[in-house]
Amino acid sequence: MQQFVKETGLVVPLDRSNVDTDQIIPKQYLKSIKRSGFGVNLFDDWRYMEPGEPGMDHTARPLNPDFVLNDPRYAGASILLARDNFGCGSSREHAPWAILEYGFKAVIAPSYADIFFNNSFKNGLLPVILAESEVDALFALATGDHPVEITIDLQSQTVVGPNGFDASFDIDPFRKTCLLEGLDEIGLSLKDANVIRAYEAERAIDAPWLFRD
Amino acid sequence: MAGRTLYDKLWDSHLVTQRDDGSALIYIDRHLLHEVTSPQAFEGLSLAGRTPWRLAANLATVDHNVPTKNQSAGVSAIEDPTSRLQVQTLDENCDAFNVTQFKMGDPRAGIVHVIGPEQGATLPGMTVVCGDSHTATHGAFAALAHGIGTSEVEHVLATQCLVAKKMKNMRVTVMGPLGFGVTAKDVILGIIGQIGTAGGTGCAIEFAGEGIQSLSMEGRMTVCNMAIEAGARVGLVAVDSKTIDYVKGRPYSPRGTDWEKAVEAWTDLVSDSDAQFDQEVVIDGSVIEPQVSWGTNPEMVTGVSGHVPDPDVIGDPIRRGAIERALTYMGLKANQPIESIRLDRVFIGSCTNSRIEDLREAAEVVDGKRVADSVIQAMVVPGSGLVKEQAEEEGLDVVFREAGFEWRDPGCSMCLAMNADRLGPGEHCASTSNRNFEGRQGAGGRTHLVSPAMAAAAAIAGHFVDVRDWL
Repeated sequence: MQQFVKETGLVVPLDRSNVDTDQIIPKQYLKSIKRSGFGVNLFDDWRYMEPGEPGMDHTARPLNPDFVLNDPRYAGASILLARDNFGCGSSREHAPWAILEYGFKAVIAPSYADIFFNNSFKNGLLPVILAESEVDALFALATGDHPVEITIDLQSQTVVGPNGFDASFDIDPFRKTCLLEGLDEIGLSLKDANVIRAYEAERAIDAPWLFRD
Repeated sequence: MAGRTLYDKLWDSHLVTQRDDGSALIYIDRHLLHEVTSPQAFEGLSLAGRTPWRLAANLATVDHNVPTKNQSAGVSAIEDPTSRLQVQTLDENCDAFNVTQFKMGDPRAGIVHVIGPEQGATLPGMTVVCGDSHTATHGAFAALAHGIGTSEVEHVLATQCLVAKKMKNMRVTVMGPLGFGVTAKDVILGIIGQIGTAGGTGCAIEFAGEGIQSLSMEGRMTVCNMAIEAGARVGLVAVDSKTIDYVKGRPYSPRGTDWEKAVEAWTDLVSDSDAQFDQEVVIDGSVIEPQVSWGTNPEMVTGVSGHVPDPDVIGDPIRRGAIERALTYMGLKANQPIESIRLDRVFIGSCTNSRIEDLREAAEVVDGKRVADSVIQAMVVPGSGLVKEQAEEEGLDVVFREAGFEWRDPGCSMCLAMNADRLGPGEHCASTSNRNFEGRQGAGGRTHLVSPAMAAAAAIAGHFVDVRDWL
């Protein structure tokens, strides 16, 4: 898994709540059997003027100038700022894949949908939760005439920006370790193979019908 | 010891190990797979040289991409090459790893959340996961069931476990009997309208009360299915005699002494009377009327007698902006009566509402009537090959066809339009599916979530009507 330690970058303000995974990466792109190739279709319906389909030359499609990702001020941004319940909807892991491939390393929002939140950690995308007031303050900074750079430091669990912006965030210690070290979660779990086998043996006595192969 | 909730009991009985850092390994009894979220997981498994931990726990089917016409022609007849490749890839992966799969055209194939319960592959007291958020459906059987991402699909294949953190306990109690003509879909839409799309985030929701107990297993599946639209990965309903009766005699259900032992164990799958919930919501079921969504997420919903909201009277600027955007997208006006919304297409299907009871409910409404001329297309997509067979035995297909509906082969179909079934830009659809997100049913399409009965009535009238007037 991709590591996340610290990120300093431009912030894109996506001023919407309930951004769903159908918007993050529309379903027609889920037909791919690969893990890559989704970045160019991130927010496809909002980003381009006309509907897209897999196999098109997406670089030739006219961009929607009103969509914030297309604002030249935010070119090269690596931090996505959004409102509450970000990533709601389907379980598609293609959502964090698309966000990462576009170039984002982290998302900041007041809240996330559970499955998206979980999927992000599995891929090295850090979903930072800040208080509404802190998110408001970041929106005010990021929507000004000059784009702002902020720094997210996972070790110290802080977000630092201009005008004295300084916030801290909580993170589950297991997830923090996995991100900092880029750990293979399956490999970690398989270290407990004997514990899993012992559980199965015991469970098969109480609920034998679950183990009739 | 303090009483435990149903969720607590399910968690405790599947806890393999609790780690010092607060994470836990929980054991997975049933892993359902489909073609969209599994290819990268199988690839990861192969690249790491790993094999499935316990093959018999896995059951796969194709549903998202399959055409709903002429499935008997086989995979090679899927027109869209990317869809065809994805379906073929699941076939190849299941063959290579020896995973049991119901392939396209097998009568047991269908929407993954329909076939699990139908086969008895979903049982009370199990943990059930699938790379699909609507796995919450299976909680209707008092199974701990939730959607997972592709990395977790690979993790479950490799270890039969998930790294998990315990959720909070939430109970939504629907009091009293439901009103005449009010269905499970109306109940869950009404709940989401009240608690919001993030109302259950971080929680396992147990649905309880007379309004839930009175529902059939199909109805309970509809309710649990949409727990995720309220933000909760898990929906649950306690075991009762309806649960046991539904499960009995199905292909994967236990038999003989196993059955007796299982039923005895399952009777404990209820929350203790002194169990504590972190959050409690009580809803008066008697005031819920047939629901219709007007916006672009499932909390944007109201009763059929209601109106589209007026953003100008909303104080909170973020909420006001969201409503304004939704009305623009949906092509609706503030204060417009719900019954004035005209439909271009009608879709009866999806993992929410494609079981035999749903089809009976819709057929009863359309029997002897005709789809309105203004409706371009009205389609019924059964949830599985077996549901389709059952409906045909009952003559429901004839009722639908004679009324002007298309009678299709099983699959996810227009719920998310990964196959050829979709809305055109700007078209309004009365849909029995679960998500009214922008573009969900086709780019620019406008989805209104309703029950099968309401969708059927809308097809006949050409606009929304209160189906209770027709029953």
